[in-house]
Amino acid sequence: MAAPMLRGCCLGRCWALACIDSSSRHGRGAATGFTSSGKRGQSFVAQQPLLTAQKSRKGEHKWAAVVGLEIHAQIASNSKLFSGSQVHFAAPPNSLVSFFDASLPGTLPVLNRRCVEAAVMTGLALNCHINKKSLFDRKHYFYADLPAGYQITQQRLPIAVNGSLAYSVCVGKKWRQVITKTVRIKQIQLEQDSGKSLHDELRSQTLIDLNRAGVGLLEVVLEPDMSCGEEAATAVRELQLILQALGTSQANMAEGQLRVDANISVHHPGEPLGVRTEVKNLNSARFLARAIDYEIQRQINELENGCEILNETRSFDYKLGCTVPMRDKEGKQDYRFMPEPNLPPLLLYDTASLPAGADPQQVINIDRIREQLPELPSETREKLIQQYGILPEHSFALLNEVGLLEFFQNVIKETRAEPKKVTSWVLNIFLGFLKQRNLAVNESPVTPSVLAELLNLLDRKVISSAAAKQVFEELWRSKGKTPSQIVSERKLELMQDEEALERVCHAVMEGHPQVVMDTKRGNPRAINKLIGLVRKVTHNRADPTVIKEILEKQLSS
Amino acid sequence: MLGRTLQEVSAALKQGQITPVELCQKCLSLIKKTKFLNAYITISEEVALKQAEESEKRYKKGHSLGALDGIPVAVKDNFSTSGIETTCASNMLKGYVPPYNATVVQRLLDQGAVLMGKTNLDEFAMGSGSTDGVFGPVKNPWSYSKQYREKRKQKSHGENEDSNWLITGGSSGGSAAAVSAFTCFAALGSDTGGSTRNPAAHCGIVGFKPSYGLVSRHGLIPLVNSMDVPGILTRCVDDAATVLGVLAGHDPKDSTTIQDPGKPFMLSSLTDVSKLCIGIPKVSLPFHFTEILSGQIQSPGLGNRLVGVESCLCHFC
Repeated sequence: MAAPMLRGCCLGRCWALACIDSSSRHGRGAATGFTSSGKRGQSFVAQQPLLTAQKSRKGEHKWAAVVGLEIHAQIASNSKLFSGSQVHFAAPPNSLVSFFDASLPGTLPVLNRRCVEAAVMTGLALNCHINKKSLFDRKHYFYADLPAGYQITQQRLPIAVNGSLAYSVCVGKKWRQVITKTVRIKQIQLEQDSGKSLHDELRSQTLIDLNRAGVGLLEVVLEPDMSCGEEAATAVRELQLILQALGTSQANMAEGQLRVDANISVHHPGEPLGVRTEVKNLNSARFLARAIDYEIQRQINELENGCEILNETRSFDYKLGCTVPMRDKEGKQDYRFMPEPNLPPLLLYDTASLPAGADPQQVINIDRIREQLPELPSETREKLIQQYGILPEHSFALLNEVGLLEFFQNVIKETRAEPKKVTSWVLNIFLGFLKQRNLAVNESPVTPSVLAELLNLLDRKVISSAAAKQVFEELWRSKGKTPSQIVSERKLELMQDEEALERVCHAVMEGHPQVVMDTKRGNPRAINKLIGLVRKVTHNRADPTVIKEILEKQLSS
Repeated sequence: MLGRTLQEVSAALKQGQITPVELCQKCLSLIKKTKFLNAYITISEEVALKQAEESEKRYKKGHSLGALDGIPVAVKDNFSTSGIETTCASNMLKGYVPPYNATVVQRLLDQGAVLMGKTNLDEFAMGSGSTDGVFGPVKNPWSYSKQYREKRKQKSHGENEDSNWLITGGSSGGSAAAVSAFTCFAALGSDTGGSTRNPAAHCGIVGFKPSYGLVSRHGLIPLVNSMDVPGILTRCVDDAATVLGVLAGHDPKDSTTIQDPGKPFMLSSLTDVSKLCIGIPKVSLPFHFTEILSGQIQSPGLGNRLVGVESCLCHFC
């Protein structure tokens, strides 16, 4: 489930096990096996994980890995960063291209206000210092999907610097402890996205789609504070949730709205950092951790065998599950950075420095944006824990699946059942059903009110837990029926008549004297047999705990 | 008629002494007669006549758009013109027909100006002679003046008539030649390091370089983004002021234009030249500077009114 596994090799003891299941379709799903009552999260920095190499031929060499990330998130805005063309996913090729995007001679960039606000919001949410003055630069390189021959970015002075991202990992033998780790954020910068190249091998040609050219990106640079694939994946997941909560990016990796490049190196603890490689083309949440761990192991193996690590750029091959060198990188590229002459410096204000009589449409006030920041995932989790008394790891699970938190809250609204019960049903049974059928929360045939009704029946002890599960299955299959209908159709109501139940118990004991003897002799399994027999007679309509009570009472008399 | 100033012709159009279509046709035939100057790369005859007809309708109704309505103008070929080939005198853009108008072109057209054609230049405005475009050099109209022809006859060494011509300066040489030869009343050039003022001086007309940020560069194919400005070439200063009044102003499509000042631009009328004080920047070439100050300026009453001006910008020249 949640254990990070490398192909073939044993990772030794990587301490940072995240409470995330890597095999979900829609981002990261919940780990469904948490029943432990772990301690509340403790914030201390865990030790650097030590990885043992596959074959310790030369004795016990300990390696430490260092992972830094460059994350590109597409800004959720109506129009592109420097032009007025629209931003849509999967539009017909080259239908959203303005003159500036196609780099027609004489066209000029005009900065999009919404993109700047998105950058400021993200910077504030990540505890960054917002630079009141930031500059734009040109980064030159030749590629067919970059019509201008340069990308406008912020190399000298980006809009936000020196922030931090906190993410939590579960550690310990049974994932009981929740540890908060922090990764420093070097900077956040605004830059343009490039177009898309579609390689047509059959006709030996490359087709260019410029719909994406010029779309605003937030590049978030994470310092190399992470030490393995799971940590990196968790940090990315947390960033995704923050961006989605802010509304600054939909951060959907499958749609290319979030792209991650990793910088990875290994070294012996205490020695200087090793040569790093860059791994690009990490576009899937599922493979992010795997790719990074593969590269770490590859570097360890190379060094153990006496080879050197090249400072190169590699790509992750999803089919083979390994990183491969990228073809067209000869030496270090000179990007010929120069200031973008068509864009004056970007000036931001706060309430203190706002010029008098300034048109609010023309200026951006950082303080106002800070006041209007929506609730961040960490706050939401904290509130859940306070309000409903659920466990920290469950609060993570609820936020990890799109729409699950809303579903949970809607169920809670309409049921009298305890939050713990609701949590258990939502995270274990409901989510389990979704995952099995590879569905999203909004595709569920069971609505929150239906589940709430079912839980009410359970709470009132109208049905047993086992019966509830049966009803749930039925609800999933046949839409339109209410839980009450199914219960009455299938006659699943619990036997309320205790006297009748006593008579049944008595009858069963009369009918099976041998079993009664075994029970009296102290055989623990015998009583279960009796319970089973009673249940058969009552067509499973009696509460097993009540049956056990009655049997015990009758046996002792 | 073609030798008059813009303001005079505008008055004539208003009074009905001449119609826009007649004016346009006169200019077009003069352009054809002076083809040897090679001032124009593209002559937009059909477009011009159509615009002239529209202008005529407006004049007939008495709804002229302003001082530029019906006035033939030319535009340097590094400005984007919608539907009209824009080459920058280079093979790289041969056949390139932009789908949009440069802001300055649009502002002229919105005032009713009639576009005669796109003028010749140094390739991509890189040059100061208008000799390096792929469509050949532009010839200075003064090469065909009586004075020059007589001078050449005296010094004739059996040279080819054809090679007996003077450059227009550049890079907006085509625009300067077009205005100087009376084929239009105003022309747009561009100025990065003198490319409007240089040819204006060579062709004996007025060349005006606005301050950076005053006039929009949207649609001007750039040479140096942080120094380019659209320039104005006319036959007198008042005309240049008129055109500047139309072109200047903030453009949301160009982030390097300044916000509108507030007061509209007005050129003060000058009657007494002796009251004028002219500042000459102290360029770091002492030789030229002293020569200018000590040389004889053949204009009445100006000798004592030349003043040396120091500014930090001079050190970048």
